[in-house]
Amino acid sequence: MIDISGVNKTFILGDSTVHALNNINLRIEQGEYLSVMGPSGSGKSTLLNMLGLLDRPDNGRYLLNGVDTQSLDENERARLRREQIGFVFQSYHLIARLTARENVEMPLMLAGVPANTRHEMVQGILEKLGIARRASHLPNQLSGGERQRVAIGRSIVMKPAILLADEPTGNLDSRSGAEVTEILETLNREGITLMVVTHDSNMGERARRRIRMVDGAVATDQRDEQAA
Amino acid sequence: MRLLDLLRFSLLALRRQRFRSLMLLTAVGLGVGAVVVLTALGEGARGYVLGEFAYLGKDTVVMIPGRKETTGGMPPMTGIAAHDITLEEMEVLQRSVPGVTDLAPMILGNGPVSFKSRARDSVVIGTTAAFFPIRKLEIAQGSALPDLALGEGKQVAVIGQKLKQALFDSDNAIGQWIRLRDYRFRVIGVLAGSGDSFGMDLSEAVFIPVASAQAVFNVHGMFRVSLKVKENYEVEAVKSAIVKQMQALHNGELDVTVVSPDAMLSTFDSILRVMTLGVAGIGAISLVVSGILVMNVTLMSVKQRTAEIGLLKAIGAPSSQVRTLFLTEAALIAAAGALVGILVGHLVVFIGTQIYPDVPFATPGWALWASLGLAIGTALLFAWLPAQQAADMEPVDALGKK
Ligand SMILES: Nc1ncnc2c1ncn2[C@@H]1O[C@H](COP(=O)(O)OP(=O)(O)O)[C@@H](O)[C@H]1O
Ligand SMILES: [Mg+2]
Repeated sequence: MIDISGVNKTFILGDSTVHALNNINLRIEQGEYLSVMGPSGSGKSTLLNMLGLLDRPDNGRYLLNGVDTQSLDENERARLRREQIGFVFQSYHLIARLTARENVEMPLMLAGVPANTRHEMVQGILEKLGIARRASHLPNQLSGGERQRVAIGRSIVMKPAILLADEPTGNLDSRSGAEVTEILETLNREGITLMVVTHDSNMGERARRRIRMVDGAVATDQRDEQAA
Repeated sequence: MRLLDLLRFSLLALRRQRFRSLMLLTAVGLGVGAVVVLTALGEGARGYVLGEFAYLGKDTVVMIPGRKETTGGMPPMTGIAAHDITLEEMEVLQRSVPGVTDLAPMILGNGPVSFKSRARDSVVIGTTAAFFPIRKLEIAQGSALPDLALGEGKQVAVIGQKLKQALFDSDNAIGQWIRLRDYRFRVIGVLAGSGDSFGMDLSEAVFIPVASAQAVFNVHGMFRVSLKVKENYEVEAVKSAIVKQMQALHNGELDVTVVSPDAMLSTFDSILRVMTLGVAGIGAISLVVSGILVMNVTLMSVKQRTAEIGLLKAIGAPSSQVRTLFLTEAALIAAAGALVGILVGHLVVFIGTQIYPDVPFATPGWALWASLGLAIGTALLFAWLPAQQAADMEPVDALGKK
């Protein structure tokens, strides 16, 4: 479903250039569970943002479900993000003035789904993620684990095919981190393609496919044969 | 995104930045309030002036010496002309122009009027008996000026209510002799009410026969002549007949102007409308100034909510939607400010009408819509640039900002 080849991304910082992505080739199939590990600054986030259409590569080719994303305009990219891709960030990125329920509803609201339909869809997700009781709380009244579950709820409410998580447990204690990992893996078992960037080798080792990045390049790409 | 959701989302955002929202609301409210109050003043002035003309019936025309230079301008108020309008000509008009029933010449003077030790500077109007019915003036005590031949003087006077109070207090004035310059006049009547007209307070005036006024002030020509048009006669036709006759009397020279109250009304009306527009413009300027505030506030808001913009883009909001969100916030606050301005403006106008019940202060409908539209339009216009900045942000850059 994802097919990138020969992708580069460089940043210019003052008079030095950083090669954040260095000739990346990657194929990801529907339903895969990947972890991306590697030292800080090795380009993991840049890769994830690229796959999520938040960023554009300098060159190379990125096919998403057979569509060449390089030729899409900003509106079409927004539509793909809306319909195909869910994001989970380390810092949650919840909207502070909206309740947990409203944060989860936000993508539906932007997509113009009527309020009563929205309510049903969101209620199921809130219950599944164990935050139904906290639905009318504002983010600052929630624990870190609860906040990340709200963010996960928001990322899957549009039923995307791909879930991209950039250090989703990075701000959490080990217990809430484990809960969040469990939720993400459940979603993957239900069919979503899951890609997790993590520093936590315990979490990284759980993935069936493990990518290790160094200096903007894919250093190793290991798969568990029995799971594939 | 549905309209209701859009409004709710924007309201929540506005509530979050309460101070800035209030500041904007106040600025827009002041601008709109200014338009409401200023146009009410303008309209009040217009209504007041037009009301002053109402005493002249539709069947009355006024002849003024002098010719207005251009069509559609103000009638000449100074009355400088080659030929005087004389009393003899009045007789000719009355005799020869069909359609003129009655006419009241008018000579305007000024002088100290005294009774015993009391004196007042008063307006003195030399005229005839016909003046009172034409101007719809009522007599409270005694009688109006007697029906004299036009050239005939008589030492009798009708005085206004205020002048009567000033000279006689509550004593009886009828039959008393008052002094005007070197002449003495016997008071035969007192006007009823306070006749404000043409900015002249007739209740402080003295009315004497026109021939007597000619003698007192040593003038020959008339200041004004009011002529009443007979029923079933075209006012316009009679007007031109009068002008033609006067032209013949003045050796072919066209040096009088005859205006009908309709024409005067429309002249004053258009002048005062322009005035109202002018003051509305002053209010509008303050609205435009508030637009700059809108721009700054929206810029601040966009800066502060950069991460939120990134998130909205990440969850699939296209650029146009991000722009709409910020424009909606600006428009909402402008609309709210405009409503507050309209309410407060109306309150001020209401208080004005309580203090000055004679002046018909009222904000015209167009001013309400125009100020509301201008407030929202300005807000949208000035919010566009920052909103577009938000829309143009790269999602990954925006997300990275805290
Ligand atoms: N917007 C940016 N501007 C400049 N340099 C950037 C930007 N984003 C990332 N980089 C650089 O690119 C490299 C890879 O960054 P990143 O993908 O965030 O690494 P990781 O997520 O693996 O820690 C780093 O050296 C970082 O400094
Ligand atoms: Mg990173």
